[in-house]
Amino acid sequence: MTTVLTTGPGLRGGLGESVRRPDGGPKARGEFAFSSDLEAEDMLWAHLLRSPHPSAAISSLDLSPAFAVPGVAAVLAAGDVPGRQSFGLDYPDQPVFAGKVVRHVGEPIAAVAADHPITARRAAEAIAVTYEVTEPLTDPEAAMEAPPIHERGNVLFHQDIVHGDPGATGEVSVEGSYATAMQDQAFLGPESALAVPAGDGGVDLYLATQWLHVDRDQIAACLGLPLDLVRLHLSGVGGAFGAREDMSMQVQLCLLAMRTGRPVKIVFSREESFLGHVHRHPARMWYRHSADADGNLVKVEAKLILDGGAYLSSSPAVLQNAACFAAGPYRVPNAVVDATAVRTNNPPCGAMRGFGAVQVCFAYETQMDKLAAALRMDPVELRLRNALRTGDTMITGQVLSGAAPVAEVIRAVAAAPLPAEPGPSDAPEIALPGGAGRTAERDRVRRGIGFAVGFKNLMYSAGFDDFTTARCRLEEGRVTITSAAVEVGQGLVTLMQQIARHIFGVADVSLGEATTAGIGSAGSTSASRQTWMTGGAVEAACRAVAERLVSSVAQRLERPLASLRLDGGRVCSDDGAVDLSLVGAASGQVFEETAVYRHPPTEELDEKGQGNAHVSFAFGAHRAVVDVDLDLGLVRVVDVTTAQDVGRALNPLQLIGQIEGGTAQGVGLAVMEEIVLDRGTVRNPSFTDYIIPTALDSPPVTIAGLIEEPEPGAPHGAKGAGEPPAISSTAAVAAAIRDATGLELARVPIRPQDIALALAAFEEDRQ
Amino acid sequence: MPVFVPASLEEAFAVLEGAPGAQLLAGGTDFMVEVNAGQRRPATVVALGAVPELKGWRLDGDEVVLGAGLTYTEMISPELAELVPGLAQAARTVGSPQIRNAGTLGGNIATASPAGDTLPMLMALGATMTLGRSDGGRRAVGLDELVVGPKRTTLQPGEVLLEVRVRAGAGRQEFLKVGTRNAMVIAVASAAVVVDFERRSVRVALGSVGPVVIRAEEVEREAAKLIDWDARRLVGPLEGSGDFGELVRTAARPIDDHRSTAAYRRHAAGVCVTRAFRRAFSSEESTAP
Ligand SMILES: Cc1cc2nc3c(=O)[nH]c(=O)nc-3n(C[C@H](O)[C@H](O)[C@H](O)COP(=O)(O)OP(=O)(O)OC[C@H]3O[C@@H](n4cnc5c(N)ncnc54)[C@H](O)[C@@H]3O)c2cc1C
Repeated sequence: MTTVLTTGPGLRGGLGESVRRPDGGPKARGEFAFSSDLEAEDMLWAHLLRSPHPSAAISSLDLSPAFAVPGVAAVLAAGDVPGRQSFGLDYPDQPVFAGKVVRHVGEPIAAVAADHPITARRAAEAIAVTYEVTEPLTDPEAAMEAPPIHERGNVLFHQDIVHGDPGATGEVSVEGSYATAMQDQAFLGPESALAVPAGDGGVDLYLATQWLHVDRDQIAACLGLPLDLVRLHLSGVGGAFGAREDMSMQVQLCLLAMRTGRPVKIVFSREESFLGHVHRHPARMWYRHSADADGNLVKVEAKLILDGGAYLSSSPAVLQNAACFAAGPYRVPNAVVDATAVRTNNPPCGAMRGFGAVQVCFAYETQMDKLAAALRMDPVELRLRNALRTGDTMITGQVLSGAAPVAEVIRAVAAAPLPAEPGPSDAPEIALPGGAGRTAERDRVRRGIGFAVGFKNLMYSAGFDDFTTARCRLEEGRVTITSAAVEVGQGLVTLMQQIARHIFGVADVSLGEATTAGIGSAGSTSASRQTWMTGGAVEAACRAVAERLVSSVAQRLERPLASLRLDGGRVCSDDGAVDLSLVGAASGQVFEETAVYRHPPTEELDEKGQGNAHVSFAFGAHRAVVDVDLDLGLVRVVDVTTAQDVGRALNPLQLIGQIEGGTAQGVGLAVMEEIVLDRGTVRNPSFTDYIIPTALDSPPVTIAGLIEEPEPGAPHGAKGAGEPPAISSTAAVAAAIRDATGLELARVPIRPQDIALALAAFEEDRQ
Repeated sequence: MPVFVPASLEEAFAVLEGAPGAQLLAGGTDFMVEVNAGQRRPATVVALGAVPELKGWRLDGDEVVLGAGLTYTEMISPELAELVPGLAQAARTVGSPQIRNAGTLGGNIATASPAGDTLPMLMALGATMTLGRSDGGRRAVGLDELVVGPKRTTLQPGEVLLEVRVRAGAGRQEFLKVGTRNAMVIAVASAAVVVDFERRSVRVALGSVGPVVIRAEEVEREAAKLIDWDARRLVGPLEGSGDFGELVRTAARPIDDHRSTAAYRRHAAGVCVTRAFRRAFSSEESTAP
């Protein structure tokens, strides 16, 4: 199934190869500099004072106790912001500093710069704030009718989808209500940055983010500075998963640097990190699926409520995604979706890997299993029968024009062999549910198998002008690629080198600094878009340089352009008379080209949710095998097998990394990951209590298929693979636990008590 | 902030006498977490890592003497696991390899968390703690006298936990810990059961289901009735599908919190105690970790 892409004779490290990351060695050895490792001479440390209350009026704020702390250089609060008072990805509704009210726990109220991080923290704690605490609005359903907690109202966004005949009915229908909890991206590198005031009245900010230019635009607006005076430089990013799309402290830090005239650094503690970035929207979802007696879907109805928390962030786009993908990767002729994102006093929610597609996948796949049961049909068969294909129409009216190997991913997973059943004493005790806790009793462990399919869009949608910029420079035979695209760990740095090697046939490819100073935007490292988008721009820039190189040779040697080509690192003529190395071909000249790449335009959805809103889609399927302790409700995910629609595997090793990581993040949401809220307060802002899978909880991920059906229009046919592997593993694990227990389990994460107490109550009823 | 690293117990006491407010540091796996979170601001630190008297373990007659500085990794070592299998089992449930290499028995006891994983087994083993003062004073206390509330002990300023004594090879021992992840997790319920065939006694202790470790005496009494000591087997309902669930649920005093619910904790403690008993009477040897 794999296609070999050649990169010229004998050259290693081109496209299609499992090239090692340039930053892999330093990261493994602990030598890689993350943004928390930044330093500058004479640097100060910043700390933010945050609201302890989810909802309160600030009746007085006295900063003087902080000024009185020795070592403090500046204290800032609302009123010290020279430009726009608020920021936000979609609309600036989030204040830099809370003024009269606070709307969520952790909202910044003031910022301190001091000579030591502990001094800064203690000074911030010394600030006297008088709060008039008000009842927080934390129920997303109540929020729609409740008095507004923000001047822009409590409904952040609403999207209807009405497709086909809303009155259509099927012979069989199943209904259910589902919920997903608030998940955290749980990256390991906390928010950190260094702001350095510049002599020209501007500021240089070194930071970990996902999109340098959009941060820059927002910071400049709040600082009241022209764009060229705010320069952002990428520092080592310790994971992102969506949590670095919004700003967390950028404006406050720049303000402190400009006020003090000194470099100022900030590093969030783990608790601050949990409070200081957006999370995955918790969802409440009602569904009704109708089908004919043969199992052909007739209609899907859904009502979706996403809790956006206190501020807008990217809620509209997340909600639109949830609505667009609400019916799953199936042919659904009739659909009615009513989707709303609401504002509450819970922590703000925004982007996280899967972006609205994860929540609905859990619901629609549970529905598909219910429907299969009602039809007495094999769940895999039901899915195959309804699987989308190229040429089918989705519930948004968009016709699928690209690759849509839905049936292929389903078949690949369904055909994969199952892991062996453990014998009575075969599996070591630590591999049973409960793991290191020694709790399992082998005859009380049940195995279950679950299956799920999911999909989502690639790149930005709904009319957004999505573009990316890259530069290629050829000097003395060396290629340098420069782009402001952010490497978050996914491996874009490797891929950019692979593309350049592929075109120039040289091994040595350097990467320039990712910065807003001197190159245009590369767009966000999100929406599974950089392989396609920045990959496309790098390819275009390299090709432009290659063309100029070849035509300069043609001119110099007075040969027809068509007789020359760049091949395997040499400029040659067909007749063999010309055979120059890159250095020889350039003859002292330096070539530099900057390319801007855009994907085909998309449309906004109309009021009935119809329109060609997306460029491309990626599909994937997971099958999970779990063992469940029936008395304790503890789960061990034994195996997850997956097949993914990837277009082309440009770097199989990195691709597998994305698939394993995405799958594990989905497993986490299925069985343990949840920001626990108690009336707006986060009860578990630490890795002690926000638990993510350990090695013992992460199953082996078996890849049953990398489906390589090249995507028309995509550079080299490759689809993005950052998010798709994260979509259906949650649903598959939940289905497997249902299979083992016979319970309904309509909410993730599934907690031990959801299983054990339900089964115990069931037992009691029977007796 | 001065940090002293005494090389003997005598030196440690000398430092403590000079700095009465000094705080003791062992493996630092609780201590440093609190410092980093800003919850602990020590004026003076006495690091016990180089005090030889607190290290390791020895046999003293039919007692095993465990140094306060004994690490979890040492508790799991085969020689010690044979003498006190229950403690080895409990130690294996703790944290990650890094934590087990650094964390100590003394630190676990002094932290006095309701979820401290060695505490239920120490309670079930009837362990005795020896505390020392710089004036040479020593006192020996049981766990219930030492740990009196969540994170509250009767350790006096300047007092050092020196050692812990338990009986060697005290019957069948079983420790089970329920957490919401398969490793590296704080217990939401745990149970320790020691069935001493020589002395014909049963001791049951529950972790994470109350403000301190709970000794379940009612369960012990009922269990004793269900044991045929001569045949070394369970009789009556426990032979079949009977369990201690109800008795354990009554003994437990758990809370609802972000880690779990009181109802589940009660339920899980019951399951653990019942399973521990079945294992204690199974023909297989008690599994060392
Ligand atoms: C990632 C992680 C995972 C963990 N997992 C678990 C787990 O699964 N189960 C569990 O029970 N615990 C766990 N812990 C908590 C901790 O590791 C244990 O409680 C450990 O035993 C503490 O021992 P220590 O030597 O590190 O103590 P320290 O942190 O050095 O000290 C803890 C306390 O004990 C006092 N102290 C230490 N020695 C003495 C002494 N000789 N006399 C008097 N007072 C003393 C100190 O003053 C301090 O108050 C975990 C901690 C971390 C960071």
